[in-house]
Amino acid sequence: MGAVGESFAKLPIEAKPPLRRFHQARWDEPIIFELSSPGRRGIGVPEAGVPAVELPAAVRRQAPPALPEMSQLHVLRHYVRLSQETLGVDVNIAVGQGTCTMKYSPKVNDRFVSDTRIAELHPAQPEDSVQGVLEIYWRMERMLAEISGLHRVSLQPNSGSAAIYTNIAMIRAYHASRGEGEQRDQVITTMFSHPSNAACAKLAGYEVITLMPDADGHPDIEALRAAVGPRTAALMITNPEDTGIYNPRIAEFVELVHGVGGLACYDQANANGILGITRAAEAGFDLCHFNLHKTFSTPHMCGGPAAGASGVAEKLVPFLPGPTVEFDGERYFLDADRPQSIGKVRPYLGVTQNVVRAYAWIMALGAEGLRQVAETAVLNNNYLQHKILQIRGASAPWGRRRLEQVRYSWEELYEETGVHSEDIGVRAADFGVHYWTSHHPYLVPEPFTLEPTESYSKEDLDEYAAILAHVAEEARTDPEFVKGAPYNQTVHKIDPTCLDDPEQWAPTWRAYVRKHLS
Amino acid sequence: MRIGLIVNPVAGLGGAAGLKGSDGTEVQREALARGATARAGERAAAAVRALLAARPDATVVTVPGPMGEAAARAGGAEPELVAFAPGEPSSAGDTRAAVRALAAVDVLLFAGGDGTARDVLDAAPGGPVLGIPAGVKVYSGCFAVGPAAAGLAAVEFAGNTTEAEVVDLDEQAYREGRVSPRLYGTLTVPAARVRLSGRKTGSTTAAPATVEGIAREVVARMRPGVRYILGPGSTTRAVGRALGSEGTLLGVDVVADGVPIGTDVSERALLDLVDGHEVAAVVSVIGGQGFVLGRGNQQISPRVLARVDELTVLATREKLAALGGRPLLADTGDPATDARLGGYVRVVTGYRESVPYRIVPASEESVG
Amino acid sequence: MTHPYIPNAEPAVRAEMLAAIGVESVEDFYADIPAALRLNRPLDLPAPITSEHELVRHMGALLGRNTDTTEVLSFLGGGCYPHHVPAVCDEVNTRGEFLTAYAGEPYEDHGRFQAIFEYVSMMAELLEMDVVNVPTYDGFQASGTALRMAARYTGRSTVLVTAAIGADKLSKLHDFLAPDIEIAMIPVTETGEAAAFTVDDSVAAVYLEYPNAYGVVETRMAEIAELAHAQGALLVVSADPIALGVLAPPATLGADIVCGDIQSLGMHQSYGGGHAGYIATRDEPRLVAEFPSRLFGIAPTAVPGEYGFGDVFYDRTSFALREEGKEWVGTAASLWGITAGVYLALMGPEGMRELGETVLARTRYAMDELGAVPGVRVLHPEGVHFREFAVEVADADALLTALRAHGIFAGVRLDAGTLLVCVTERHSKDDIDTLVRAVREVQG
Repeated sequence: MGAVGESFAKLPIEAKPPLRRFHQARWDEPIIFELSSPGRRGIGVPEAGVPAVELPAAVRRQAPPALPEMSQLHVLRHYVRLSQETLGVDVNIAVGQGTCTMKYSPKVNDRFVSDTRIAELHPAQPEDSVQGVLEIYWRMERMLAEISGLHRVSLQPNSGSAAIYTNIAMIRAYHASRGEGEQRDQVITTMFSHPSNAACAKLAGYEVITLMPDADGHPDIEALRAAVGPRTAALMITNPEDTGIYNPRIAEFVELVHGVGGLACYDQANANGILGITRAAEAGFDLCHFNLHKTFSTPHMCGGPAAGASGVAEKLVPFLPGPTVEFDGERYFLDADRPQSIGKVRPYLGVTQNVVRAYAWIMALGAEGLRQVAETAVLNNNYLQHKILQIRGASAPWGRRRLEQVRYSWEELYEETGVHSEDIGVRAADFGVHYWTSHHPYLVPEPFTLEPTESYSKEDLDEYAAILAHVAEEARTDPEFVKGAPYNQTVHKIDPTCLDDPEQWAPTWRAYVRKHLS
Repeated sequence: MRIGLIVNPVAGLGGAAGLKGSDGTEVQREALARGATARAGERAAAAVRALLAARPDATVVTVPGPMGEAAARAGGAEPELVAFAPGEPSSAGDTRAAVRALAAVDVLLFAGGDGTARDVLDAAPGGPVLGIPAGVKVYSGCFAVGPAAAGLAAVEFAGNTTEAEVVDLDEQAYREGRVSPRLYGTLTVPAARVRLSGRKTGSTTAAPATVEGIAREVVARMRPGVRYILGPGSTTRAVGRALGSEGTLLGVDVVADGVPIGTDVSERALLDLVDGHEVAAVVSVIGGQGFVLGRGNQQISPRVLARVDELTVLATREKLAALGGRPLLADTGDPATDARLGGYVRVVTGYRESVPYRIVPASEESVG
Repeated sequence: MTHPYIPNAEPAVRAEMLAAIGVESVEDFYADIPAALRLNRPLDLPAPITSEHELVRHMGALLGRNTDTTEVLSFLGGGCYPHHVPAVCDEVNTRGEFLTAYAGEPYEDHGRFQAIFEYVSMMAELLEMDVVNVPTYDGFQASGTALRMAARYTGRSTVLVTAAIGADKLSKLHDFLAPDIEIAMIPVTETGEAAAFTVDDSVAAVYLEYPNAYGVVETRMAEIAELAHAQGALLVVSADPIALGVLAPPATLGADIVCGDIQSLGMHQSYGGGHAGYIATRDEPRLVAEFPSRLFGIAPTAVPGEYGFGDVFYDRTSFALREEGKEWVGTAASLWGITAGVYLALMGPEGMRELGETVLARTRYAMDELGAVPGVRVLHPEGVHFREFAVEVADADALLTALRAHGIFAGVRLDAGTLLVCVTERHSKDDIDTLVRAVREVQG
């Protein structure tokens, strides 16, 4: 037996280092216009086969649009490369986008929506040809009514914020119907409720009163007492708030508002930790909303389409957006005869694909499964909090009792090193994870908000915490290195200065060519 | 890039010694006798270290000796020195002279506390300045959160500035257990711009509140015939600007029906102006401890306040948040008036946005 | 069985984690939820279907009760259109990385930023406008937001809206523009185009659709733009980009804000789930400041030749003149933007032109053929039509029901006597002939 050659390494292969040696795809891909070559085509179009029509000069396009000209493979390849330069839930430990509930979106659910019996349905088809999809809408509404304890649910809104807007529009219609539309011109919300509550209320014409947190991090109930009165239209409140803290006096908040004739509207964007444990109904709410792309697993799709669900108590049913899906015991049908309805909030019934996905997800879990989702999301969050708070320089204001997410702070690390939370996040992405800081205004200094959901394993959480611990240590030993990140990602440090200068900014390639290449 | 540096070597002396401030040579001698050390030098060195790490080519320009050079060298800089002869120990006058000597810099850093900030203000610096927090009392808005942050903000300065209030306490009253913040003016500081490109697509409030937004809200709610007393501060001054007049930063103004009817008025004039009218007072939060009425606006005296039908406070939500749940404080000098003002007050935080917030008599709340 | 979607539901792991935290049970975390608010019973939900196979069967049974437009001959449009979706569009938008990404920085989500930047850039070429937003929810929202932008920009609060607009969209506008913006209607003439109207200095915007709710192309747009501009009002046009391979971009006719829905550009009908909206303006800072939505821009990096991206005009609010009616920014429809970009790249300038010509020709052919059937009157026959036209019949419901028996969804019912018929590149000459024959038969 002789040697088979010179070796430069040997078996067994050594153990992996403690942190992943990650490098993201870096294709250095040109902008698509630079891939264009005259005369190429990516797809063919049917010829008319009937006499052509001559357009009047007044509306005839003079010059063809300067779109790229590419063959099919090259279009595909370009976009597949771009997809590889994008960090989705499918490839990373996505616990870092707090408030977003980045859970696993089961692949089988995607198949249902690519089936032609969803994908190729037109929303104006006769009812007898869409009994299946109407039944899904109807059953989904019943399930969400049970999960919230409220009476009816509209699946029409496009997103959580659109559902909040839908709710405020119904609140406005309700008070108007009672002759109190002019009088009730104030909406009360809290500092750590999702900012869309304030934004939607303002857009709907309301003055917004915000309750600050008290020393415990709960919204100040005495401030609410001072705020309620004959002008109160509604309380719009998230619970647990975006800090992960549950307000134990929530029922008292609702009672105070009811006491002056206002409505109570529950933003359930953070419902993932309380599914099957406590509901809008038990706390006395009149309206609520869910985000199907958070709590009910539909994928986030680079920022939508999402889906929202607006739930209402019986007295608000007349104001629901139309049409509603009804069932007479034999067939499902649409009811558009709703004289008090706020009207349409979007085309047709809703983002059907996401309604179908979310329906399938709930069906796969059932009551016990949903409770397990909630408990595991909360366990995961508390376990991660335990790990994060061991990192020097990281803290969580207002004590430790959190449900499904925590808004942490790197304030101590920043004061010591001058490294911002954003810098830490960008550097963490060199190890294949990332995080989101929080909503403005930054009431928690140097924030980062983590929400592990139920989808991640203990090993995932250990790895995530180890990465942040490593980066925090780097910030102490070599802050400039951290601030110079990224190193292992798609591109290097971006200089954003031009993006705020009207002379330089280029929101499209067309503007870029005009300003910088001509 | 040229970064100026001034250190108030005795800033922070009084803190460790429990003296609540370091203004005046008597106090400084007492503090040294108690074994206190000044923190300003080491804090300034930390700022220099941070700014050089970020911009190794930056030039630190400073004055010889303990008022700058020592800290600059300790922070690893080879400073450029300007001609300057400080007294020993340094005095407020030295700080002012140093500010003037360092006029030709991009940003001037100064290490100290609120007293130092006042000295810098008095010297009327020509360009932006930024405080390195090193004093016992740091309630002014012209300080960074820490030394490293100050150093970085200086080298990252790209021309955007904002006005920050300079506030100080009456130290003598403070030692006697009475706190009364006072607004002394505003300094031009670099505007820190946190730019988060990839922030969540999740919703934002469409318009983060601005001082202009707060002012617009106040103006939008003004009722005809009501006399509006505008207290000192840059936010209340913005109300005057929204009405098209200039108003005063440190004084008290009165407007009615959108027109200024009194500028920088005394208590006496104020009483005459409000006589026989419905009266509303609009005041801002002065300093970092939540005072809305202190001796800094004694024109709005208990006698005037007795005539006020409606009190409105102006503050950004960030300013309220910085109180960490602590209440706003009323300190008119008259316990009965303070007690009457106690309860929840409407704080305007933006256009069509307000926060109901607790206000208590200052005597009930220990500040320190 | 540990549920496949919940790894840490496994008891041993759970116990280990609780021990690490130092608590007895998960119940400790819920201590803030008072007993009175607890739901002390299991949720009343259907029994779970825990195997994937059974879930597929369950869903299959539901989907089996649908009849989709590939199984019948459908002429339904009216806001949701059956255009061909290239396979590459579906291939790209089902990539897990795109499907499951959300809100990373322009580094780890560089591909998302570039793909959306390219989408807005291709839209910009089609529209001949320099600024296009990251998609908003849908065309309804795009119109609502564009009109609010115009109101803020001009400081005025009346908008003149064409009556040739879908009832649902108008309903949305009424809700979304309340309480501070007044809507006045511009009547429609016999030709299906906007009637003559006047504009005064209270008007923020004149709003037209292109093509409008009857499929009619407004040919007087340049004239209307001048009328609006003379009074300081803006012209806002909702345009379907699918038509712009052949129709002049509204910006070249004087439109200030152009908006619309991009469902036609590579999105399946999906029972109304394929919508996304766009808004476009010229590159004027004051106008750009009024966008509530995100704008992505190109930026240099530390390495020469590298393209970076970021949000343009990050702090727009400080430039805004008015705080009234500012809107929220939220999760909207980015994936459909990426998809529309793929669609436009595949089509190219020639593909868009050919498609436009095919649709124009077949629309006219269908109008001529149906108009020749006794008892059918084509509305606005003189107008330029793209993709849709309305027909008057004696009894719309009866006709629809009768044709349904022939395996035909003949059109969208506008009222008891009017149908809206839609023809795209998916409808061959034979398909149109089949429809016409069937109408003849049931009318006869």
